[in-house]
Amino acid sequence: MGILDKHGVLEKNVTLLATFAFLVVTVGGLVQIVPLFYLENTIEDVEGMRPYTPLELAGRDIYLREGCYVCHSQMIRPMRDEVERYGHYSLAAESQYDHPFQWGSKRTGPDLARVGGRYSDEWHVDHLTDPQSVVPESVMPKYGFLSARLIEGDHIQDLLATHRVVGVPYTQEMIDSAASDFAVQADPNKDYDGLLERYGEKVSVRNFDGAPGITEMDALIAYLQMLGTLVDFSTFTPDASR
Amino acid sequence: MSDPKKNDDSDYETTGHSWDGIKEYNKPLPRWWVTVFYITIIWGIGYSIAYPAWPGIRTATAGVMGWSTRANVAAEIEAQEAALAPINDRLASVELSQIATDPDLNGFAQNAGGAVFRTWCAQCHGSGAAGAKGYPNLLDDDWLWGGTMEDIHTTITHGIRNTDDPDARYSEMPAFGRDGLLEREQIGQVVNYVLDLAGEAPQDPSQVSAGATVFADNCAACHGEDGTGDRMQGAPNLTDAIWLYGGDYASLHETVTNARFGVMPNWNTRLSEAEIRAVASYVHGLGGGEMSE
Repeated sequence: MGILDKHGVLEKNVTLLATFAFLVVTVGGLVQIVPLFYLENTIEDVEGMRPYTPLELAGRDIYLREGCYVCHSQMIRPMRDEVERYGHYSLAAESQYDHPFQWGSKRTGPDLARVGGRYSDEWHVDHLTDPQSVVPESVMPKYGFLSARLIEGDHIQDLLATHRVVGVPYTQEMIDSAASDFAVQADPNKDYDGLLERYGEKVSVRNFDGAPGITEMDALIAYLQMLGTLVDFSTFTPDASR
Repeated sequence: MSDPKKNDDSDYETTGHSWDGIKEYNKPLPRWWVTVFYITIIWGIGYSIAYPAWPGIRTATAGVMGWSTRANVAAEIEAQEAALAPINDRLASVELSQIATDPDLNGFAQNAGGAVFRTWCAQCHGSGAAGAKGYPNLLDDDWLWGGTMEDIHTTITHGIRNTDDPDARYSEMPAFGRDGLLEREQIGQVVNYVLDLAGEAPQDPSQVSAGATVFADNCAACHGEDGTGDRMQGAPNLTDAIWLYGGDYASLHETVTNARFGVMPNWNTRLSEAEIRAVASYVHGLGGGEMSE
């Protein structure tokens, strides 16, 4: 029997068994995981993607804090019914600056991957304040308190720096000007040229909640109105192998 | 399943392990189980040849069946579009006023438009199109920007007061109170006048006549001298007691003080021309649609 007889050695030595078990699992894991980091099939560079602006990133943090992902996915699957309802199916690249990604796993509410621009800012304020006022059949809780919570952006630089550590390509300039970029995006009366220069001309600058001051409502709506709008699908040609 | 001939311990082979006289039988797995196990291995190999699987240096194997999620969904959408192409092309190309007179086209437009409405419009205008505070009711015949097929079509295509489409309908009511255009006293007067105009009871009837002057000087340019509004600029008719933001004294006071600025997205980037025409037909057919001149 040769090698099979030697198996008894592994069975009778727990350290050896653990070592070999670890090696087997390691090989299995590496074969499955490592290729995803270099295969051209799995990495798609899509034009239009940019890191989130400081205000959007703050809004994203509120989205996480309130657990929006528990009821809302951000992942339009490549199926006709989903594409007809929500728009072009989601690309992996559209989550490339999400740490962690917000694909979600359950839809009590609708998918939000392309909610940006679909409703007016005022609708978002009305809907977040009292969802049933615009959608009577909705079971969503009320988030009106967001309007009452002013945010200063004191730690916004740290937030950007943290995201840079995990791989989001924020430049030093973006981090240095994070506090001012944060403040000007919700106030079109201020000078926002620098913000557009750093994050692109398509960044929306307006008073998102229509009320004075920067509130959590501003940040969350800035984030929601950006979702799914970064990639221009009129110029995007899908590669069937990806 | 048991073999009647094997009913004694000594009939079974043991593994040779023995602890304190306890021996371990060497009973093999059932043959059906082992067979299924081997079949799954063979299946797995075949599957990884047929479908995308094995990583290579730059790309993974594509699989001999050429399966691709993206290609599948594209083909499915293409097939659906091809099936509907004849009627969609006709819908997108005929005169807007002709849709209602063609039974085939109208039946298709009403149903397709209903589906579009429930997907994209119901969140603001309500699943029954009755609207909500700040979001117009589409069932009645009170139109802000016009209720003909052409008007509805333009509104849906370009939206209202959005910044994404330069052709969006646009108007802006001044914030008379916030920007100091009117004194607080004058606002009270004009609100009383507007309540009277709409046939509702003014809070303070003595202010109505003073309000008429304020109205003529500040509001008549858009809302008309008689207050019946102007659809060219989306200025609501103030005489019909239909209110978008509430018609009580406090709501009207708020409207005059801070103004309102309802925004509707443009749908030309999300919906096809045929879909826009379908939903325009649907909205036009809800009850308040007006005939073109």
